[in-house]
Amino acid sequence: MSTSATTVLVLVEAEPEEMSTLSLEALTFARALAEPAGATVHALVVGDLPANGAGELSSHGAQVVHQVSDPRLAAYSAAAWASCVVDAIGAQSPAVVLAPASPRGNEVIAHVAARLDLRMAANVTEVISAQVQDASTGDAALVVRRQVMGGAVLEELDLVGSPALFTMAGHAVEHTTVESPAPAQVIATAPISLSAADLVAAVRRTVPVASSGTDLTRARVVVGGGRGVGGADQFDELIALAGRLGGALGVSRVVTSLGWRPHHEQVGQTGSRITPDVYLACGISGAIQHWAGCSSAKTIIAVNTDPEAPMVTKANYAVVGDLHQVVPAISSELDARHH
Amino acid sequence: MANVLVCIKRVPGSSGQVLLTGDSMSIDARHVGHTLSPHEECAIEAAVQIAGDTGGAATVLTLGPEGALEQLREALAVGVSSAVHLVTADGGSGDSGDAHGPADVAAAIADVARRREAAGEGFDLILLGNDAADTGDFQVGVRLAYLLARPVVTGARTVAVDGSGPAAVATVIGDGPAGTEEFQLPLPAVVTVKEGEITPRYPSIPGRLKAKKAPVEVIEAPAPVQGTARRALVLPPEHPSTVQILGTDKDTGAAAAAVVDVLHTIGVVTR
Amino acid sequence: MSTVPSRARTVIIGSGIVGNSVAYHLARLGWRELVQIDKGPLPNPGGSTGHASNFIYPVDHSREFADITKDSVRQYQELGVFTQSGGYEVARSAERMQELTRRITSAICWDVPAELHTPDQVQEKVPFLDPSVIVGGFWSPTVGVVDSLRAGTLMRERAVELGALTTVANVEVTGIDVERGRVVRVRTDKGDIECETIVIACGVWSPKIARMAGAHIPLTPAVHQMISVGPVPELAAIPGEISFPIVRDMDTFCYERQHGSDMEVGSYAHRPILMRAEEIPSIEQSALSPTELPFTSDDFDPQLEQALELMPAILGNPDVGIRYAINGLLSLTPDGFPVLGESPEVAGLWSAAAVWIKEGPGVGRMIAEWMVEGESEIDGAHSDIARFYPHQTTRHHIVSRTSEAFNKTYGIVHPSEQWASNRDVRLAPMHASEKELGAVFFETAGWERPFWYASNEGLLGEYRDRQDQLMPRSAEWDSRWWSPIINAEHLAMRERAGVFDLSAFNIFDLIGPGALDAVQRVCVQNMDVGVGKVVYTPVLSPRGYFKSDLTVMRLGEKHFRVVTGGAHGNPDRKWFTDNAGPGVGVVDLTSSWTTIGLWGPKARDILGRLTDDDISHKGFGFSSCREVEAAGLRVLASRISYVGELGWELYVPMEAGARLWNAVREAGAGDGLVPCGIGVYGTTGRLEKGYRAYGAELDGERTVVEAGMQRPKVKEVDFIGREAYLRQREEPPASLLCTLTVDDHTSSTGEKRYMLGGEPILTPDGEPLVDGHGHRSYVTSAGSGPSVGKHLLLSYLPPAVAVEGTKLSVQYLGERYPVTVAVAGSTPLFDPENTRIRA
Repeated sequence: MSTSATTVLVLVEAEPEEMSTLSLEALTFARALAEPAGATVHALVVGDLPANGAGELSSHGAQVVHQVSDPRLAAYSAAAWASCVVDAIGAQSPAVVLAPASPRGNEVIAHVAARLDLRMAANVTEVISAQVQDASTGDAALVVRRQVMGGAVLEELDLVGSPALFTMAGHAVEHTTVESPAPAQVIATAPISLSAADLVAAVRRTVPVASSGTDLTRARVVVGGGRGVGGADQFDELIALAGRLGGALGVSRVVTSLGWRPHHEQVGQTGSRITPDVYLACGISGAIQHWAGCSSAKTIIAVNTDPEAPMVTKANYAVVGDLHQVVPAISSELDARHH
Repeated sequence: MANVLVCIKRVPGSSGQVLLTGDSMSIDARHVGHTLSPHEECAIEAAVQIAGDTGGAATVLTLGPEGALEQLREALAVGVSSAVHLVTADGGSGDSGDAHGPADVAAAIADVARRREAAGEGFDLILLGNDAADTGDFQVGVRLAYLLARPVVTGARTVAVDGSGPAAVATVIGDGPAGTEEFQLPLPAVVTVKEGEITPRYPSIPGRLKAKKAPVEVIEAPAPVQGTARRALVLPPEHPSTVQILGTDKDTGAAAAAVVDVLHTIGVVTR
Repeated sequence: MSTVPSRARTVIIGSGIVGNSVAYHLARLGWRELVQIDKGPLPNPGGSTGHASNFIYPVDHSREFADITKDSVRQYQELGVFTQSGGYEVARSAERMQELTRRITSAICWDVPAELHTPDQVQEKVPFLDPSVIVGGFWSPTVGVVDSLRAGTLMRERAVELGALTTVANVEVTGIDVERGRVVRVRTDKGDIECETIVIACGVWSPKIARMAGAHIPLTPAVHQMISVGPVPELAAIPGEISFPIVRDMDTFCYERQHGSDMEVGSYAHRPILMRAEEIPSIEQSALSPTELPFTSDDFDPQLEQALELMPAILGNPDVGIRYAINGLLSLTPDGFPVLGESPEVAGLWSAAAVWIKEGPGVGRMIAEWMVEGESEIDGAHSDIARFYPHQTTRHHIVSRTSEAFNKTYGIVHPSEQWASNRDVRLAPMHASEKELGAVFFETAGWERPFWYASNEGLLGEYRDRQDQLMPRSAEWDSRWWSPIINAEHLAMRERAGVFDLSAFNIFDLIGPGALDAVQRVCVQNMDVGVGKVVYTPVLSPRGYFKSDLTVMRLGEKHFRVVTGGAHGNPDRKWFTDNAGPGVGVVDLTSSWTTIGLWGPKARDILGRLTDDDISHKGFGFSSCREVEAAGLRVLASRISYVGELGWELYVPMEAGARLWNAVREAGAGDGLVPCGIGVYGTTGRLEKGYRAYGAELDGERTVVEAGMQRPKVKEVDFIGREAYLRQREEPPASLLCTLTVDDHTSSTGEKRYMLGGEPILTPDGEPLVDGHGHRSYVTSAGSGPSVGKHLLLSYLPPAVAVEGTKLSVQYLGERYPVTVAVAGSTPLFDPENTRIRA
């Protein structure tokens, strides 16, 4: 950041009880970007804040929190949210606007980019160079690095235009709190430019997912199954172990493609991205597509007959062998130790 | 009767190790070939189903090099009836229209949509993939919607069209943070589709043969204005394997015990 | 993570069907300390075995292929991984139908059940096939499918149980160390392995691995496209992997093979898509596996249409989808045969490459026997890696020939079919003259050899009243790659003289104090003869079967010259070199010398005009050789004959060949000397004299006694195969080579037909004849005998019918023709007393 007057604006998302993890990561990232330049970190939240929302935002470095409220914002509409962001940009003239690369973050920032005819970079992991001049136009540009191909490749690009718009890849940074946070200044605002057209594509109805087990994306333990499981009727041992560990079952793309398991259990680039404490990947070779979804697990234990499978070589721990022998043995061992 | 346009992209296969071209500006697909994004396969299926359900027609469009005809044929083989190919100059190695940024692609599609509209053959619904498997920009659909002043929803698990004429609406189901979300969009509209609930069909042999003969409108793609602003692609550093082998199925008991020890250490087993 | 043993007797590189089979058979034959490595995981390391369609058709025109396949099926059955399904080869054209009748004759020869069916009969067994598309089918009831990965696992397990084998997966070979011409070590990313021998069983990667040792395995990875469509309700309704016969749609070069509820359609119809071994992706880089490359649908679309025509009922179902489609890699070689045996370039380096699923276990056994016992039960001479000349291992040659051959995978290939690509590689010094004479060139080992000369067409007029000797052929198939000019040249040679270009001879010298011992050890005939003698001799394997037959000239006390055929000369030289012992050098002189043959009653008169030396019968007897001065050249003349006439083989340096050729032709002009092609040398002249040819009559499964070539005495000096040969002489022979004449050529349509070789010899009633080996009798060579006015067939017959005058029959393209045993044994039909040779 070149001048101390600039701000970094972060669009954050509230979950019913707390701010989303990805939002806190985005704030942490914004802080690192703002601090050297003496810039101010602003958070923007559309709709209600959770009880401790302001506190969480403060402790993660938000100096100012803009809370936009309006009855018309009760049902989510990307266009409506985007109008709020555009309002804030108009008011604050931030140098940078970012959001978590969640489905909503990407969607809203894309709307903002379309409205302001700006570039946007999705899934950014790093700002390489804080500010450069675009050679052709002389415009300011950030050089950013972002994930493409599910994180198998990084793209470096010039993010020309002001403000710089991007979304932060999940788990690119670990969210941290500031040492002695000052409570953020919470400014309640009303939307300025929100129009009826922005509400056309609003959510009409939300049906909570009837989850049969622990939610995959939040589970502390995920037991994964791949092609090596062998068939739709071969998952019992994995499900039993997941249950035994209070975790969830996750599967590779080939498993859902073959119709062995439902899609919502898929871990990967086109499925869920999981962040468990331990991922026990059984009979999964570890193709890029899958790795994109599971690489944020804190510990990976692979069970595979092929010691050279990428899942094994990338794992922290591995058992080389047939999962149909190893998995029941783990369950038995757990039983033996705890009875 | 809904006329549906589905926009797809030729992307490198992603099931093998990624190789970069010599200039590090694109992905070298020589070993893995090219394919469609899974999201787009679902979008094609949705387009075919909506066209079938409403008595309309599905058209597929791509912006890409000559080779992208292969992906158009894939769509034509599963029930799409015609195709538009915005042909880009093949940069030699960058085999996926790399020079066009998301704003350029959206503008090119919008041109086609407007032209069809003017000819009385407008698209009631334009479907795209949620994001391209190779560039993951998450923007083309939204930008297109703004260019055409249409409502847009991204990340649709399913799309259905009911009613006709001015009363026609698209019902979109997607995943939100608190559960399944339902949207209803008046047509014309833009929807981006995400893999999940829609199961793409395999091409049949008659379908494949029909695709070979299906009409493809070939148009030279407009030159990119915004471009991709790409500086380079880099591969994340390979970390040498640090895997610790806990055992083999020659001694399953010992292996299982070692696994449980690790689970204890991590703290996910406490009892 | 894993490491490899630091020492092995043999390192087997590759865990596909071939490597596994070699490992098992080496263990079974008693070898220990075998180490098998593969860069991929087990049981499917990612080579061609992993994606093979795994079906086996037992019939082939080649006896070698048919026998290896039969042995493989027996092994697959014994392992419990073979499922018999039956199979069809269907014809869409009359030409193909004729080919199917020819396949029936091969089936009879190699004892494989087969019959021809009508379209309706085909449809009875394959109800979803449209009978109106085809004109008939070749039914092969013993066709089946195998689980080649399971077979490999079982074979490895057996070798492990024998305490013989250590297999380490995920090991990549990084180098092969060669010291003093011999392999000593395999280097890998998991450590080095000291070893005595190495077997390269790496399929499409074999050329790359061989290059690490400085050797060549001439094959190329090539794409074979395959799709799998399903689920087909008609197939899904019946449990099990395969319930319907496999169908090869021969005219479209496609096959349809049921796999559970899916139908696999494979094609050899698309453009040849070749790769280099170095271009194959690694396991990590691959989308599916290194040998399952991304499908190129444009190449396959025409086949879809044809498959749909054949099986509209199931493939036209819109709910039946293309679920899997690959460009699978397989190995192709320049001549279509595998590449087996010890490399002639590096000792201890064995190749077991370019082998298909149907041959895997049989080849494994063959290689193991070859390594352990020095020879194999099934003769693999056509597959011997030593057969390749240097130019045949070049990329250009491999690409040219495999591209040409790819679409002939299901093609109709005439027995004399000539290659169109990469010709004019080895040219004789008189080539320009031959071209002027209108030579029709056939290729042998890269040499362009005149088969007949268009300029001799005038002879047809000269002999027009002797049609019974010209024996012109009216049927297109019989006359393809043939001309009556051959027979006219033959008559002119017998009556006047003929001059032959024999530049393709493979020539090598053995020189040194150990030379006599070496030739004595290798050859059956006594080689301790006077300097200037020429000896024709069999060369035997340790078990007493033919390794070769050739002539040896003694040029000095310590100097012998071996002259052998171009096609098989390299394996011969390797055999001599391997068995030469100390004190002898083996020097290849093939490219140094050209050979001109001059034979016929006028041969002495003609040569006499060029030399003042004594070439009278007394002064230059049969079976002798010496230098003469002729046409201003020093010429090594050797008085022998393969056509049964007075005359000489004249050897001069390659660069002087044209001069001698021209001089001989000029000198003979007044006597009516004609240039004669290999059609006379290799077929008509030879068959009338009952001379045997290696590769036709003589091979690794026949003995001197069976060939009727035993002499009254056996030399005392030990030689390879002597013990076996002595035993064979005491036992009644399993068969005896006979010359048969065709009594009536007239087919059911009234056309005269002429057999080309490879047909079964049957009783007059059409029953097969079975010899003491259990082999059926078949025609090893066929051709005109113009001077005897008969079409001649050579065949090994059971001793009971190997009696002159016995009436038998030959089956040719679906019809039987009467034949008579004219000669039992090696007595020539023409000039039985050999007076002409000794004139």
